[in-house]
Amino acid sequence: MNSATNSGRALPWALVTPALGWTLLFFVLPFLAMALSSLTAHDGGGFTLSNYSQFFNNPAYWQAMVNSLQVTAIVTLISVLLAYPFAWILAEQVPARWQRLALMLAVLPFWTSYVVRSYSWLLVLAQNGVINRALTGSGLFAEPVQLANTRLATIIGFVHFFVMLLTLTIFANLKQLSPSYRKAAADLGAGPVRTFLHVVLPLTMPGIMVGAFLTFVLCIGDYITPQILGGNNELLMPQLVMMQIGRRGDFPLASALSIILMAVVTIAYLACARWLKIERA
Amino acid sequence: MRSSTVAKAIRILSGLYAIAIYGFIFLPVVVLVLFSLQATSFPIPPFTGPSLRWYDAVLADTRLTSALVNSLLVAAISSAVAVTLGFLSAWGFARFVLPGSGLLRGLITLPLTVSYLIIGMGLLVLFNWAGVPKSLLAAGIGHVVINLPLCFAIIYSQMGDHQINIERAARDLGAPEWKVLLLITVPVMAPAIFAGFFLSMTFSWDEFVISFLLTRFDTTLPVEIWNLLRSGLNPKTNAVGSLVFAVSIVLVVMFELMLLRRKPA
Amino acid sequence: MTAPLVDICSVSHRFGQQTVLKNVSLQIEPGSYTILLGPSGSGKTTLLSILGGFVTPSEGKVLIRGEDCTAVPPAKRPTTTVFQDYALFPHMSVGGNVGFGLRMQGIDAATRNARAREALALVGLSTAFDKKPHQLSGGQRQRVALARALVVEPAVLLLDEPLGALDLKLRRQMQDELKAIQKRVGTAFIHVTHDQEEAMALADHCVVMNDGRIQDEGPPERVYARPATRFSATFMGESTLISGAVTAAKDGTIAVATQVGPLSLTGALPAGTTVALAVRPEHLVLGAAGGAVGLGTAKVSDVVFQGSFKRVLAVSAQDPALHFIAKVAAAAAVQPGDIVAVSCDAGDIILLAS
Repeated sequence: MNSATNSGRALPWALVTPALGWTLLFFVLPFLAMALSSLTAHDGGGFTLSNYSQFFNNPAYWQAMVNSLQVTAIVTLISVLLAYPFAWILAEQVPARWQRLALMLAVLPFWTSYVVRSYSWLLVLAQNGVINRALTGSGLFAEPVQLANTRLATIIGFVHFFVMLLTLTIFANLKQLSPSYRKAAADLGAGPVRTFLHVVLPLTMPGIMVGAFLTFVLCIGDYITPQILGGNNELLMPQLVMMQIGRRGDFPLASALSIILMAVVTIAYLACARWLKIERA
Repeated sequence: MRSSTVAKAIRILSGLYAIAIYGFIFLPVVVLVLFSLQATSFPIPPFTGPSLRWYDAVLADTRLTSALVNSLLVAAISSAVAVTLGFLSAWGFARFVLPGSGLLRGLITLPLTVSYLIIGMGLLVLFNWAGVPKSLLAAGIGHVVINLPLCFAIIYSQMGDHQINIERAARDLGAPEWKVLLLITVPVMAPAIFAGFFLSMTFSWDEFVISFLLTRFDTTLPVEIWNLLRSGLNPKTNAVGSLVFAVSIVLVVMFELMLLRRKPA
Repeated sequence: MTAPLVDICSVSHRFGQQTVLKNVSLQIEPGSYTILLGPSGSGKTTLLSILGGFVTPSEGKVLIRGEDCTAVPPAKRPTTTVFQDYALFPHMSVGGNVGFGLRMQGIDAATRNARAREALALVGLSTAFDKKPHQLSGGQRQRVALARALVVEPAVLLLDEPLGALDLKLRRQMQDELKAIQKRVGTAFIHVTHDQEEAMALADHCVVMNDGRIQDEGPPERVYARPATRFSATFMGESTLISGAVTAAKDGTIAVATQVGPLSLTGALPAGTTVALAVRPEHLVLGAAGGAVGLGTAKVSDVVFQGSFKRVLAVSAQDPALHFIAKVAAAAAVQPGDIVAVSCDAGDIILLAS
């Protein structure tokens, strides 16, 4: 070993150690603490699996997971279906010089406070809110419709957020496609519809998968939107977790539920990994 | 003939669809801002004319104003820490061959795949167990956990081979390592560093669950707004929400400008 | 002259499992222009990186001005490098770039600006001092990189494919300028390239590398006229290679059985040695008015008009595996399909052990 490589040893470790240390201390260690906590009894006992068995034995807890999966699946599907044509219009129909502005406008509310955005939807959907005023005012409905504090409200709130997120990712994906693909398809006699179906759509599929997975992960772990818009009529997993802390101070059960939630996300990741990898290749 | 009518139909349908989606996206924001400007006690239709009454109420509310200052402080400090740690580690990983580099980089970016709720829960359990009291500092630590991988990923992705040669050239001309860092790497990477910083600022500024779990008396603005929500629909919430929106827009515009500035280089 | 300026002693280098340099020794004289010529993967760039201090060799030593520099970091050795992508600092002005090395030596701003201006004048860019690198053309950036590396007065200047990013016309023009600048400053230049024309135009000393070894070294005229190995016969210019074996050796004359029949040549190789006979394209004679040594007949497969001459490819009638490459006058009437006699002068045959 010579001096050059010796001095080249200490420096790189000095550079990466703070970040690694922070991650170990405030991410890995808390996770281990949570895992340990999930295996202890709430009333200060020793090792137990009861927190996990509670989840599997209590139909109300089960139901929260089922609700979460249903809402997340619906939200992901609707958001992709709404966002793809929108991103396509921005990328293909809007003149190039306006594209950046059009995209920035389209995702502007994405950057507003998450809490404030959900509250804004409450204003829109409330019993005496804008939509109900419009419905009753136009004479379509005699009585206001119950929109807030329903699963529908949760889904609308989520879709609003994820349409913006997916528009961003799909737009980036469409712009990455070389225009020569489309020219080549047209040159070989494909019309606009067939070009889209056989060339553009398959080539953007990996990007859609990544966006959809991101939607899934963020949606299933979110507490704010279902709490503000869905209320407590039907619980989703994050609400159930927070309820254990807030009302009962039951850290072990909350930890166990968090870990189950994380496990579901991991399983979803492993199931999608095949498609998600295409992107990197 | 036929293809031009098809193209025309596509254009018209596209236009209608885009208008509908823009409408959907902006509906809640417009309602929020509009009814923050009305003097009545309920932010509901009909709109009764502009007034800044509720903005005065927000600015007179010391709980809200101090939460706003707290939020800015936590966002600025935690983002500065996150971007510093992210930059140093990105530099280390991009420039030197380290054993297990792929695994260690994976570890740093791992928190990106875990929801804020679970990160917050973990810290809550750990701090509870270690006797660390709930505080803004605890929330700030959590914010660094969520923003460090983001800063690392942005800066690491911008450290290309061309920059490796630029640093080599500086070393070749006699610059010691710390001068390479200060005179070459930091200025060359400045756009990515600023982008990481402002993106962290917006995320920290907006973050709710971690702050909710880890603070008690002194808290951040999103948590304070959450507390306001208990009183139902309230024009004061509209006003503070509109202010928060305005700050976010400023941060995003700064972030966009950073990205634009990076382009010609 | 006592010791060489640079002395590379038995240097070997491995990247993981792969050995990229195999026991390379080379001496560089002061004031010389040395070209390291070879295809990609030949180890030439690794050798330059070892000289620059960016790579520490697995084995062997590098002495510069008699001092062991093997493990001295780039900042502390008397070499500077002109990088292939120029590696100009994008956030500094041209003047800031050129003055950077002097700034690192702690030289005050006024002195270093004056010297940076001198260096820029040397490369013909006096007016660019306040510009930013992105405002310059490729050729101008190249000159700034050169000025930046020269201003610190290195003992050796290392150039890593410096003309690789330029278009052909600019490359030829920069070639001439590089040579002129090198003569003016008198610094030893070591220049890596895969372009043999560049090598012939610039080098005082040409080093042909392949597969981690030095194949041949010497003045470019000698390397071209009398290549030492099969590889340098084909890489530094083209050659027709005829394989054969020595059947008898007597009194400085050898009989060789070749693809085109038995030939008698001057040489001193023992019987049984397999050899290759290399002939440069301009030395092959096509048609009846031939040279002293007959190489059989061949069928012309392709004629390419190159402006001042025609390049002719022909397949030997004696052995279809043998392809002749010849250069004939632009006016010569050769057509694909012609059957021609091939010959050359005995003195133009280069005998290579293979």
